[in-house]
Amino acid sequence: MTKKLTALRAGLVFVLLTLALIVLLVLNVNIGSQPISPLEVLRIVLSGGPDGSPESVIIWKIRMPRLLTALVLGGALSVSGFLLQTFFRNPIAGPYVLGISSGAKLLVGLVMIYGLRFFPSVPFWAQMAAAFAGSMLVTALVLLFSQRVRSMTTLLVVGIMIGSVCNAITDFFVTFADDAKVANLHEWTLGKFGAVKWDDLNVISLVVLVAFALSFLLSKPISAYRLGENYARSMGVNVKLFRVALIGLSSVLSACVTALSGPISFVGVAVPHMTKLFFGTSRPSLIIPGSFLLGGAFCMGCDLIARTAFAPTELAISTVTAVFGAPVVIALMISRQRRRTDG
Amino acid sequence: MADKPVFAAEKLCVGYRGKALISGIDLSLGRGQILALIGPNGAGKSTILKTVTGQLPAISGKTLIEGRALTQWPRAELARKLAVVLTERVQPEMMTCFEVAAMGRYPYTGRFGALSSKDKDVVWDTLRRVQADDIADRDFGQISDGQRQRILLARALCQQPEVLVLDEPTSFLDIHNKIELLDILLETARVKRTAVILSLHEIDLAEKVADLVMCVKGERAEAPGRADEVFTDAHIKELYGLDRGSYLVSRGSVELVKPEGRPRVFVLGGAGSGLRLYRELQKKRIPFCAGILCKNDMEYEVARALAQTVVSAGAFETADEETKRRALKLMRECGAVLAADRSGNKLNAGLLEAARQHKLKILFSAGELEE
Repeated sequence: MTKKLTALRAGLVFVLLTLALIVLLVLNVNIGSQPISPLEVLRIVLSGGPDGSPESVIIWKIRMPRLLTALVLGGALSVSGFLLQTFFRNPIAGPYVLGISSGAKLLVGLVMIYGLRFFPSVPFWAQMAAAFAGSMLVTALVLLFSQRVRSMTTLLVVGIMIGSVCNAITDFFVTFADDAKVANLHEWTLGKFGAVKWDDLNVISLVVLVAFALSFLLSKPISAYRLGENYARSMGVNVKLFRVALIGLSSVLSACVTALSGPISFVGVAVPHMTKLFFGTSRPSLIIPGSFLLGGAFCMGCDLIARTAFAPTELAISTVTAVFGAPVVIALMISRQRRRTDG
Repeated sequence: MADKPVFAAEKLCVGYRGKALISGIDLSLGRGQILALIGPNGAGKSTILKTVTGQLPAISGKTLIEGRALTQWPRAELARKLAVVLTERVQPEMMTCFEVAAMGRYPYTGRFGALSSKDKDVVWDTLRRVQADDIADRDFGQISDGQRQRILLARALCQQPEVLVLDEPTSFLDIHNKIELLDILLETARVKRTAVILSLHEIDLAEKVADLVMCVKGERAEAPGRADEVFTDAHIKELYGLDRGSYLVSRGSVELVKPEGRPRVFVLGGAGSGLRLYRELQKKRIPFCAGILCKNDMEYEVARALAQTVVSAGAFETADEETKRRALKLMRECGAVLAADRSGNKLNAGLLEAARQHKLKILFSAGELEE
């Protein structure tokens, strides 16, 4: 009986998430310095490409890539966070709080600064590769520490320290690389969804889609892993391979985000947790797609705020996500602490 | 057992990081048999269990399930043969008890782990078997230790294993839950013919539940023996290094450290009447002597464990003059007599009279002794 209720609830949450996503899609295309009516938007989107009118250029060149970026990257970040939380068995793990985003940022920054010295432009795949390498590097570091310290809070502190060091090094290089071409690098390091090229977005979307599908295929071992490594192994999970897959996929996903839009804070921690609360369960086969949808909606919402709240001045996306995400992290830590003292 | 062993260990050597802790473990277990591992803390019971379940690599030797080495089994197939209940704390986020138990179907479900109606039947049957079907919908984090252990046992049973391994499954349970859990294990062994291997701290329970008992202490493993062979006072004393205090196999009771020193009182008990006095004196740490007790008196062993000297007569016999003289001598040395009741038993009725004649202090409760 309650099984049916759970299924009903899951269905309802998915419907609501999809509705929220659609509303946000429409709002994001409509709202901006140049208001365009919904009907006009529909006509332009259905026309399949820019037809020369200023409205259609705004939609096809600016708003559409931007909102799709927010959607794809928000989803990618959330799933990446969920995988990391599974891996570290720690609800406040995420690509940003563990410093993984900062590691990616550091290497992308270096590649862009030194790449531009020798080449007219840095190809996007090089940025992706750098972001992935940076993610893996920091993840390896965090892993090394996590074997020594079991406490959830200590792990977080380690992540923040590594992240700060990476940020400091990035800032150092950016400060002294006062090449005109690096001007937008600074902006990128703050994180934003705007100014994304369709080509880059297509590549990223494809990679994210594949990584998402593979993550979804891991639902079953992830669900066993909730009982701990040893129980998972006793039920037939190849734990070594599984852990490699988790780290690899979460790094790819967060690397995609960082390569395209710079580091974005707290989405990876906050969204999976909110998703679990909505669904009332931690079942991975629900939480993985659920997190993706909610993450997309969350980032589109935050981006809407980022570009409209103080228009024409635009806020950095991390400024907005932090405002909503950080309280969730604090709440999580408090509730965890309480549960420990209760038990 | 006529069956060929479902579980066996051959020249197994266990330890951590290549360092051998215990070697020469040879075990063989038929279907439906229960093997208990007993021994002091840190002796390596958990290490053995982790090794035979493949959580820890063996230093040398091998573990066989149905005659096939553990390492030769494909993971998924092994999970249908071998299930575990571990000591580690399980803290899943937002999982119901049903979900935790249903994880045991892991080796049977498909790519996405969806439960078939047969799987669901197995889970519900198992939950009923461990009497936890009423808490199926509760959050696993919100239930008591006893309930949690039932659910974890249900999870293991849902794997429908041939061999079930449990590491100290009774450790955090109250008496009621201990009895229930061991009863489920007995039923599983007898009805489902599952071989059960478990480590236990409570040796009195080990004696009652296990067919075979293996004592774990030191670097060389002892061969497992039948429960009645292993459980002797002397053996347990040696196994746990009990130089003070004792364990009485026949009573299944733990006795604390015997009060040492010059005995201050002679207890006249018998037929169980002296038990409360021995315990009271032990708690007050007052050294005492006791007698005269037949060797088959129900309190004889306790008296032996706690008193400095026990004057005894043979089973079903009356005391001869020599024994009575010895008792009287001890009474006079103590200077006081503590009588369990005013008449005394058949053996020591005369002693109470003798004490009066010798003007010894006669007490009827240990409380009077302190003044």
